[in-house]
Amino acid sequence: MISHRKTVTAWLLLTPMIVMILGVSGYPLIKTVYYSMTGAKLVAPELTDNWVWFHNYIRALSSANFREAIWHTTYFAVISVGVEMIIGVMVALLLNEVFVGRTLLRAMLILPLALPTVVNAMMWRLIYNPDFGALNALLVQFGMLDAYRSWLGDPATALDMVIVADVWKNFPLVALIALAALQTVPKDLYEAATLDGAGMWNRFWRITLPAIMGPLSVALVLRTIEAFKVFDIIYVMTRGGPASSTKTVSFYVYQEAFAYMRVGSGASYALIVVLISACLIAGYMYLIRKHGEA
Amino acid sequence: MQTTLAKKICIYLAAALLALVIALPVLWLFIMSISSSTHLTTLPLEWWPDSPTLENYRSLLIYAENTPSQSFLYAIRNSIFIALAATGLSICAAIPAAYSFSRMPGPRRKNLLYAVIAIFMLPPVALVLPLYTVMSALGLLNTHFALIIVYCSILLPFATWLLKSNFDTIPGDLDEAPIIDGANRLQAIWYVILPIARPALGAAVMMSVLLAWDEFFYGLLFTNDIRSKTITVAIADLAAGRVADYGLISAAGILAAVPPVILAFFMQKTLVSGLASGSVKG
Repeated sequence: MISHRKTVTAWLLLTPMIVMILGVSGYPLIKTVYYSMTGAKLVAPELTDNWVWFHNYIRALSSANFREAIWHTTYFAVISVGVEMIIGVMVALLLNEVFVGRTLLRAMLILPLALPTVVNAMMWRLIYNPDFGALNALLVQFGMLDAYRSWLGDPATALDMVIVADVWKNFPLVALIALAALQTVPKDLYEAATLDGAGMWNRFWRITLPAIMGPLSVALVLRTIEAFKVFDIIYVMTRGGPASSTKTVSFYVYQEAFAYMRVGSGASYALIVVLISACLIAGYMYLIRKHGEA
Repeated sequence: MQTTLAKKICIYLAAALLALVIALPVLWLFIMSISSSTHLTTLPLEWWPDSPTLENYRSLLIYAENTPSQSFLYAIRNSIFIALAATGLSICAAIPAAYSFSRMPGPRRKNLLYAVIAIFMLPPVALVLPLYTVMSALGLLNTHFALIIVYCSILLPFATWLLKSNFDTIPGDLDEAPIIDGANRLQAIWYVILPIARPALGAAVMMSVLLAWDEFFYGLLFTNDIRSKTITVAIADLAAGRVADYGLISAAGILAAVPPVILAFFMQKTLVSGLASGSVKG
């Protein structure tokens, strides 16, 4: 009896959250699945819809442009997260040493993290400006570049320049997580290894890295999930251009649904993105279950 | 001894490099914000204005109709209101839910918690189309209300999860005792759990406000004039404007960054320990 009542109370306490989540996430997700099999248009979506089964999906997967967008997103996610992990761990190792100004430097890491994504994107867009940007001026004044370049206007460099802006904002997250993990590694482990003649490189691979691997892998998956959603920074810096060279899947869905008003096929693109994200999210779930209770 | 000196030099060089990499872009944004637009479009570029000016800040902060200050100040107001309302709504629903997850575990509720976390991580493009058509059908586009509701899809799972992992660290006896004495669960939450969890509650509120302040995607799609445009949308508008006044854009960026940066420094310890526990414990 008592345990039955307790179960009822437990669910009652959850009710407000469940109702809200069903309303703002559950229902929309199901409706997106429905849209994806119709030819719904943004103008009066309920009036013009007609059932087309998997036609949208087939068209999406056979579209060279969409495959290109998937490739850009993958490239963005792999390179930016990869570089963020490497720089993040290096910075964490640095901040784990004792030196004057360490606390200040650690506090400075908060700055890029706290800067709104849109402000970060706008700041780098100004820095990269082809006519009056600081990057061109700096490189030319130091003689490292002959003439001003249009960093975001050149399909060959645009996506990489966006990645630099993203890395600058997000490497501190990896650094702070890695630093917190490093501080749990017992110091005597290093002393013992040094006495046994292990060099710096060896100590890193044998002691440090295994010890911080758990939190680091969680950071890796979290960042990858985020990177796959990338939209804000692209919208502000390049709007997918030049020549679609920075068009990522989120931007593609945005354009299909809100510029071309094709809600049906936009929904099918969105769900393909969800499917890719779902694999990453499943990886994250696996990691947090492995490392303890959520 | 030689190696330790070399090591020291390396450490200080690396630290200096890191400090420069972090500080220079923001410093340049600040310098642009106190420069006149003619100075910023003079070639070759000079790194410090000969006459620093607060004109850009003045033209954003002193209200005048049909000027950038109008859209900017409205956007600040909209963002503050929407962020606070969405945070309040989410926290109110998150507290009982987090308590239930933490104190009254069950296999089905555990799966629900995982589902909530998964929903938090879904890309917004998965939800935006039906949300848009519903809001449009209800005539709610371009209102604060629409964004407040939609932001709950981000803030609520996040706050629930954060509070749940904090409630887990509070000993169970503390709230079991009053319940045995006849108090109900809501009383136990209100009189026992919340006073102890006040720091975590503060962290959840501040992080939620930060998330809402930073949001751009829904803001871009669901708003179209000063009545409800948020600060991120206003900044994107300015950056894409035909009249490229770099000084003014920079000043807007600095002003939009001030509240979250102050919040984040203020709660630096909580932020870092939250990140750490989030990545260790999940």
